[in-house]
Formats: sequence, C-alpha cells, structure tokens
Amino acid sequence: MTLHSNSEISIQTADFSLADEVALLEKDNAIDGAVVTFTGRVRNQNEGKAVTSLTLEHYSGMTEKSLEIIITQAKLRWQIGRVKVIHRVGELFIGDQIVFVGVTSKHRQDAFAANEFIMDYLKVQAPFWKKESSAEGTYWVKAKNTDKNKAAKW
Amino acid sequence: MIKVVFFAALREQLDCHELSISSENLVTVDDLQKHLANISEHWQKIFANTALLSAVNHNMANSEQVIKSGDEVAFFPPVTGG
Repeated sequence: MTLHSNSEISIQTADFSLADEVALLEKDNAIDGAVVTFTGRVRNQNEGKAVTSLTLEHYSGMTEKSLEIIITQAKLRWQIGRVKVIHRVGELFIGDQIVFVGVTSKHRQDAFAANEFIMDYLKVQAPFWKKESSAEGTYWVKAKNTDKNKAAKW
Repeated sequence: MIKVVFFAALREQLDCHELSISSENLVTVDDLQKHLANISEHWQKIFANTALLSAVNHNMANSEQVIKSGDEVAFFPPVTGG
C-alpha cells in the first residue's frame, strides 16, 4: 500500500526493487554520469538484543513534508539531478529493506555527498519511530547521539 | 482550538493519541506543554522529559514557537527512522 507518492518521495508498506529504482533514475537521463544509491535494511541485533521484527510508525503528513525540505536543502547545496527517497512503514522483518535514497549528478562528488546528507538528516528530522520485537519483549528504539552528531557536521 | 497529537512511546505513556485544547492563554509551544503537564501527576512526570520534540503544522518547532487556534501541534520522542 502506498501512503504517499510524488516523483521523489514514497512512503509505503510494500517492498521496493533497487533495480527498478535505478532504472527510473537513469531512464532518459543523458546528462548525469553518476548514480549513487543507499539501501537501509533491518538488522538482527540492536543494543545487544536479538531482534525478530520491527514496526515503523510515522507522522502522516509531516514525513512527506520533512523529506521534501531535506531534498530541497540537498539540491541547494549540491548540483544534483534526480532524487528518490523511499521509506517503508508498518511491520518489517530481519533482512527486509527499510529505506532507499537514490541521487544522480553529472559528477560523482555531488551525488555521494547529497545521498549521505539526505540519510543523515532523515535520521534526525523525519518523523518515523521504530519499535523492535525481541525474545525479551517489544521496546521503542532510542535515538542515537551519533546520529545527532553526524547530522550536525553538515 | 488546537489539535494536539502524540506519537510513539509518548503516545503509549500518555495512553492518548490526540486531543483538542483551547488556545486561550496559550501563546507558545512551551505554554501548551506546561498546560498538558498540569493535566495530571502522571502527565507531569512524562512531560518533564526534556528530550521531547515538537512540531507545529508539520514543521519542526522549538518551545518559543507561537501557536494559534487551528494549529496542529505534535509532541514526540526523538525520531528513529532510516
């Protein structure tokens, strides 16, 4: 189920295909020589606990807006072409894909930097919250200071 | 009226997702937070959490942000997406 989609942002429960997303970034795109993608997945360990699944909650309305703001900032700072951000919500399992960020640019420095920037800002500004399940019960994941510090470095 | 919404762990701790508050005498997000903290001892404890974030009409806000009737104000723990 797709909860929100414009050409650059999609909040959805369904999985996505890296190959399909790269094809969209490259289709009829003769000017951009660089395509940089990032995929975030569900890991089996967090804070020492064995994770079995996680549930992504989000603030519908604000998630899209915050991602638009982040993408706009990336476009102002770097010379990039196409951008796509996908974030899944709902229940996910070990190994599942959670998030995708794809950026194109004429030369690779801009796409690399913009992609990292978008992920770093998403981690501290986009209203999503993870609730993990493990053998020891369910608990909300705590935000990390390392993410806060990383975002501040931009 | 101001629509107030809560998310994630905060929503669970308060056992409340949303409520409507009159904007009378409330000028800033901080005024609203203090008003909510006064609802009960339990709410007082929870809103003493200094790590809570807020948003006004879908934009991240700070405690000095001015609010008015018709606004939607959200309170939530630090985000953990991505």
